[in-house]
Amino acid sequence: MTAALEGTTPYRAPRAAPASFLKSEEAKGYTLIAPPFLYALALLGLPIVVVIAHSFWSQTYLTVDTTLTLDNYRQALFEPIYQDLLLRSLFISLTVSVTTVCLAYPVAYFISFHGGRHKGLWLFVITIPFWTSYLLRVMSWKVILGYSGVLNSALMGLGITDEPSSALLYNSTAVLITLTHAWVAFAILPIFVSLEKVDRTLIEAATDLGDGPVRSFLRVTLPLSLPGVIAALLIVMIPTVGDYVTPKMVGGTDGVMIANAIQAQFGRAMNKPLGAALSVTTMLAVTAMAFVSVMSLRALVRAFR
Amino acid sequence: MPERTMIQIDDVTKSYGDFHALDHATLTIKEGEFFSLLGPSGCGKTTLLRMIAGLDQPTSGSISIDGQPMDGIPANARPTNMVFQSYAIFPHLKVGENVAYGLKRLKLGAVEEKRRVTEALEMVSLAGLDNRGATELSGGQRQRVALARALVMRPKVLLLDEPLSALDKKLREQMQVELRRLQQAVGITFILVTHDQYEALAMSDRIAVMFGGRIAQIASPKEIYQRPVNRQVADFLGGMNFVKAEIVEENGQSITVDTQGFGRVKTERPPAFAPAGRSATLGIRPERLRVRWDDATAKHEVKGTVIERHYFGEITHLLVEIPGMEKPLSVTETNDFGADDLPLGATIRLGYDPDALVAMAE
Ligand SMILES: Nc1ncnc2c1ncn2[C@@H]1O[C@H](COP(=O)(O)OP(=O)(O)O)[C@@H](O)[C@H]1O
Ligand SMILES: [Mg+2]
Repeated sequence: MTAALEGTTPYRAPRAAPASFLKSEEAKGYTLIAPPFLYALALLGLPIVVVIAHSFWSQTYLTVDTTLTLDNYRQALFEPIYQDLLLRSLFISLTVSVTTVCLAYPVAYFISFHGGRHKGLWLFVITIPFWTSYLLRVMSWKVILGYSGVLNSALMGLGITDEPSSALLYNSTAVLITLTHAWVAFAILPIFVSLEKVDRTLIEAATDLGDGPVRSFLRVTLPLSLPGVIAALLIVMIPTVGDYVTPKMVGGTDGVMIANAIQAQFGRAMNKPLGAALSVTTMLAVTAMAFVSVMSLRALVRAFR
Repeated sequence: MPERTMIQIDDVTKSYGDFHALDHATLTIKEGEFFSLLGPSGCGKTTLLRMIAGLDQPTSGSISIDGQPMDGIPANARPTNMVFQSYAIFPHLKVGENVAYGLKRLKLGAVEEKRRVTEALEMVSLAGLDNRGATELSGGQRQRVALARALVMRPKVLLLDEPLSALDKKLREQMQVELRRLQQAVGITFILVTHDQYEALAMSDRIAVMFGGRIAQIASPKEIYQRPVNRQVADFLGGMNFVKAEIVEENGQSITVDTQGFGRVKTERPPAFAPAGRSATLGIRPERLRVRWDDATAKHEVKGTVIERHYFGEITHLLVEIPGMEKPLSVTETNDFGADDLPLGATIRLGYDPDALVAMAE
């Protein structure tokens, strides 16, 4: 027998003639997405165009000179202060996103595989911290990590340290801790969703073919939940690069990030074109980092096969 | 065929709370046998199969495979492989990688691994499809990949959970023949779960018929079809006419009964026959009642009136009312003598072999 005999041609809807485009499914689809699309175009697309345009202009006192120049980019890329800030921001964002995903995965796995009838309740519990504002949560980390804060008192009370440490707050570690805590729930959700979609029979099939629990996890569960892991990684990585509230509140001078510099250029320093060039550079850099991270993650998971 | 025991299932029960999905099942399967678990949906077939595979644990009782008790041995260490009902093809792997999945752990080396994958794919007529994505396969092809992936492991026992139920009728019949041929070629013990009686009859060496978690009968297809132990089994295996009977005389080989419609009949006594008191039920398959076209009176015949006729191409189903019987007899007759032209209301004679009347429990 031939395998080809069994192949069935999928049913294709006949192509709508151009004349009836306005009545076609396609037209309906476009009509449906038109309002949000136009909204997004106006509020996302246009500002980006304005920023990109500014980055090629220059500031002369109070006005902007619109002759094209690459000066801003030269400054953004080669001045040590901006290099440092950008690298630190990328480092913090990468560390935060990887740590967050590593913390979120076991939680999502537990809820999906061992949550039983209480999955909904577990997810609800995870969202509870979000009932307070982000600023309050950052402030509470100040209380925990501060010189006379909870952590220092606890360490001294237990006799582990003799005097309070000032090394806990106002540095990049404090930024890391605060950001990780802030984002972990956002990472749990996409991972949970993709774990829910993993057909449990596939894991049984892997077991039946000789895999123990660790191997079947690495070879079946992990690769199949990879879309959720990638989504979680990007959801955390992209916004944290540009975060400026957290470094401002718990970062001190050691924890300043690129967004703080950008804000300064648009504000006090009154150099919008340089601020724009820094923004564009950051956007491109985080895009490149996201791309490389996703590719490495894919390669890593592929290696387990 | 060697008569070595491959699987011993000893008084196995599986309970979910108060509910017994499998109720004190005892069963022996021989090496190289094609064994089927047959029964309606929900009767516990999959439950039993999963416990043999090690994917579920019995609540009580024990299972041994090839002489080794399986208590505490996890699924990944058992000499069994399974073809899942949903096929469970890994969607992120290509066909070749799916088949090689279990081999990876054995570290055979690239050449030997490739050879075995190719061999397995050839066995299921999928040669050359190694690089096809798992999601680009038809139902029949997926079923074959699942089969190849299990066979490539060279298990002692292959477990198949309704492997053909997702295929269309023509492909299913073709696969039945192919699967049986494959089993004879590789000589592995096959345990097939099915709810399709024709599938079980066509493929198996022996069949266990199950109802509500209990095994009702274990025998060869012919025995199960011709001599079902009770009405439930008889009904499940196809049409059967039931006749109420009073036992007149009984010995080891034969019984004599008085029936409505058929009068006094002496018939074989099935080995498993266990009547409750003096009443019994006799059953006769519709195709064992033959319309008599000649005028000579046969020794064993009943006379009746055709009240319904259904044409099925090569055969015709007749409903024949017999004086003294509550229900009309259902008769299947080939069309070569004109059964399809019998007028309603015609009086006909039906001949039968008394041994085709099978005594069974209620
Ligand atoms: N995990 C479970 N929890 C509760 N009941 C179950 C479970 N698995 C199976 N059952 C029940 O056991 C019975 C037998 O199931 P199964 O072996 O799958 O039947 P089938 O003969 O159709 O394969 C069914 O009534 C089913 O509802
Ligand atoms: Mg089943």
